Amino acid sequence: MNLATINIAAILPTLVLSVVGIVVMVAEPFVGEQKKSNLGWLAFAGTLAAMLSLVPMANNRGQWYSNLWIVDDYDVFLDFIFLLIAAITILTSMDFLRREELNHPEFYSLLLFATAGMLMMAASNELVMVFLGLEILSIATYVMAGFRRADLKSNESALKYFLLGSFSSAFFLYGIALIFGATGSTNLLAIADALRSSKIQISLVSLSAALILIALCFKVAVAPFHVWTPDVYEGAPTPVTGFMSVGPKAAGFAVLFRVFLTAFPSIEDRWGSAIWMVAALTMILGNVIAVVQPNIKRMLAYSSIAHAGYVAVAFAATSDRGVSAALFYLLAYSLMNLGAFAMVTIISRKEDKLVNVTDYAGLGSKRPGLAAVLSLFMLSLAGVPGTAGFAGKFFIFRAALESRLVWLAIIGVVTTVISFYYYLSVIVQMYMREPHDEFSDVRLCGSLKFALVISAAGTLYLGLLPTRVLDWTTTAALR
Amino acid sequence: MLELILFYTFGAIAVISGILVITRHNVVHSAAFLGATLFAVAGIFLTLHAEFVAGVQVIVYVGGILVLFVFVIMLIAVERSVHERQYNKQWTIALITSAILIVEIAYGLYRGRDSLVLPAVVPPAAAAAGGNSEQVGTALYTSYLLPFEIASILLLVAIVGAVVLSKKRTPAEE
Amino acid sequence: MSEYLTSSDFMILMIKIIVIFGGVMGALVYLTWIERKVMARVQMRPGPTRVGPFGLLQPIADGLKFLFKEDVVPANANRFLYIAAPVVSLIPALLSFSVIPFGPWLQVTDLSVGLLFIFAITSLGVYGIVLGGWASNSKYPLMGAMRSSAQMISYELSLTLSVVGVLMIANTLSLNQLVMSQQRTWLGFIPRWNIFLQPVAFLIYVVSAVAETNRLPFDLAESEQELVAGWHTEYSSLKFAMFMLAEYANMVTVSALATIMFFGGWSGPLVGPHWLKAALPTFWFVSKIFLFIFFYVLLRSTIPRFRYDQLMNFGWKVLLPLSLANILATSFVVAIS
Repeated sequence: MNLATINIAAILPTLVLSVVGIVVMVAEPFVGEQKKSNLGWLAFAGTLAAMLSLVPMANNRGQWYSNLWIVDDYDVFLDFIFLLIAAITILTSMDFLRREELNHPEFYSLLLFATAGMLMMAASNELVMVFLGLEILSIATYVMAGFRRADLKSNESALKYFLLGSFSSAFFLYGIALIFGATGSTNLLAIADALRSSKIQISLVSLSAALILIALCFKVAVAPFHVWTPDVYEGAPTPVTGFMSVGPKAAGFAVLFRVFLTAFPSIEDRWGSAIWMVAALTMILGNVIAVVQPNIKRMLAYSSIAHAGYVAVAFAATSDRGVSAALFYLLAYSLMNLGAFAMVTIISRKEDKLVNVTDYAGLGSKRPGLAAVLSLFMLSLAGVPGTAGFAGKFFIFRAALESRLVWLAIIGVVTTVISFYYYLSVIVQMYMREPHDEFSDVRLCGSLKFALVISAAGTLYLGLLPTRVLDWTTTAALR
Repeated sequence: MLELILFYTFGAIAVISGILVITRHNVVHSAAFLGATLFAVAGIFLTLHAEFVAGVQVIVYVGGILVLFVFVIMLIAVERSVHERQYNKQWTIALITSAILIVEIAYGLYRGRDSLVLPAVVPPAAAAAGGNSEQVGTALYTSYLLPFEIASILLLVAIVGAVVLSKKRTPAEE
Repeated sequence: MSEYLTSSDFMILMIKIIVIFGGVMGALVYLTWIERKVMARVQMRPGPTRVGPFGLLQPIADGLKFLFKEDVVPANANRFLYIAAPVVSLIPALLSFSVIPFGPWLQVTDLSVGLLFIFAITSLGVYGIVLGGWASNSKYPLMGAMRSSAQMISYELSLTLSVVGVLMIANTLSLNQLVMSQQRTWLGFIPRWNIFLQPVAFLIYVVSAVAETNRLPFDLAESEQELVAGWHTEYSSLKFAMFMLAEYANMVTVSALATIMFFGGWSGPLVGPHWLKAALPTFWFVSKIFLFIFFYVLLRSTIPRFRYDQLMNFGWKVLLPLSLANILATSFVVAIS
């Protein structure tokens, strides 16, 4: 009996995250009530260690563990995004948890496990593995969404996310079952081989591809599978909303690209048009509905739907250029959206209640520094030149035009113009409305500052000097 | 032939009980039908000569998880659930969309029925030689080692999540 | 199909079934006599003496009494589940005898996953208790049922886990092969029984088995002093008899399993003429089971009942870690040797 070849380096970042997650949990009883935030720093150190361990992982390219686990540049780049998301979320939530007296270090454990799940999703070369990673991510996120247990909205958010999430997982499983029935394998490369070589009834394969697509579209919240998003995002604790709007989305897209471009390229004529419609619908719905949202968390929820639409445009391009643009956009979007949610966390203050756009009135005159940083994120989300959002959108539309998706590019540009309205309305509130609040109880502690600095610097760097990262994404997209 | 009959019998029991689970008003009856569904699935495993999986299915689901369900059901007032409205106003739309989905899936399956290459059922003789439990164990510790270990993280996350949501509230949370 | 029904294989199978189930049913009935007699002796009483010599006909008199008692169904009970519960209790309890080897050839069927089958079947027994307690629509039965479901779930874990160590040594799930793996001897006279290799597992198994069968000191589900008679408070007549029968059948099953896994099953010295050699294994097996039952009865008559929180703490904080540690230790030893 041969045991499987064990390659620790190939799974090192995942391993580090899981171990640190357990350590944080085990350490909790031994740490005094006042020092529990130190466990947050421990978790943060864990994400940094995982980032460092990307280096030995990158030196172990190839397929491992009976071809279930794949390490390539695509995987490494996505892992970097995931770990960055986890690190910024930890920094944002440390102060939040203390402020709301929710200082349970299990939060960090769940976050680390969720991140480990995302790493698994990106590195899986096999649908069952994808499912395991997806479930680890989802279950951890359900619980984090309901972390404010005494708050009804938080409970509602967790319950809705849980019910609909389980529903979509069922679609995913049924898709796996059908493709296993059709090809006799759940390995992506084996599926691709089977589809190329043998005469498998196309309707069966497209049926399973459709089911898998539905499940993943739910996870990344694109129309018409986006309906859960605003309620869930609104009720969840704000740092968790920030995490949910970028983490599961990036991981979901990571799987979408990997599964459809590796396993199903031979039936692209079947799913290509579906992606086209999803992308167009998502951009239009997300941007138009966001215009009328008075609640900034709901507004950012619709904005996150819209941004998923842009990534879907890159997906519809089904080219290496498209994948590289999508990777770049996921990084840029993660940075600016996490920054925006960090700001929402600060302004919402005690009880997490001040989340209307009008609550930002006059922030520019009272706290000019904060207002400037938030303006940067809003401009970047809108896609003003010089920011990460502009560079990302530019690459995506270029990829779309190269793949002759003219109409998608036009819809993208038009909806971007619409999006200026609601992003700029926040800036208008901050600078051109009379303050009815002194913002004297707005506290800004070290960890939050750190989070803001990372995301603001990243947003500017990607906006002004995108070439180096773009080169990286270009190698990452080559398969 | 006999196996085909058994398969369809168990399949029918599983599906019908499954429908009854969600349509019964009395939750105790739902739980009983859920038990029937899980049993029928174990039966399907048996027709595939997967004795080990069938046994584990009964031990874990019927003997473990469902008992916990019943335990919780006994703590709640069953009479209230009998009188509560079971569906909201969207049930007609939901029914229509589900019907469309079922038709789509059925059509896809019907068109593709010839290319469903189900792996051949291991005949009892071979299973006795290699051993059903041994085959499962070997697969778990060789080709599926990594997912097997990852599943433990999944369970850990679920445990932590359940504890976080249900542990005693701190005074600050009240 | 019809050829099989007339073949000699089928006839032999039928004879086996009749012998085993007839024997088991008779034994179950007389277990009540044994229990009453032994308990009486422990408590310095004579026990049943009036019906037949040594009260030997007492079980039959009891059976007749059950038969003629009025069959009461409480007014607000859930009628269907109330009637179904005793059946749900008894059938799984009896089904497990279909895989137990009473001798080298006296076994209805030797499943390759026989042990798993028994655990699967016995894990269903709890439904009889839970549904019966719930369907009675009365408070003491409900409390008994809830206690019982929590208790059986908790102890089933350690029960199942305690067996894993034995399985790692024996390398099989088939009950007959489990017995075969213990046939050899050490130094020519010490039988190679698993109890010497897995003493910790044996202790865990015995304790959890007592808890699984809801017997004293773990009979929280019926505890007379607190809950009248627990889950079967409302039951009378033959339905009550079925619950009793199921309880005794479960006792025999766990004793038989203990014998098979830890005491070499039907193995024992074979002497004498041909016919004796054929009958002795069954004799050894039944004697070993009888010792266990005797132990059970002694437990009942000597040890007081656990408190509920003690029961839960003991199950989760002592037995479960211990059985996990046992698995870990065993796997190390197996891996090294």
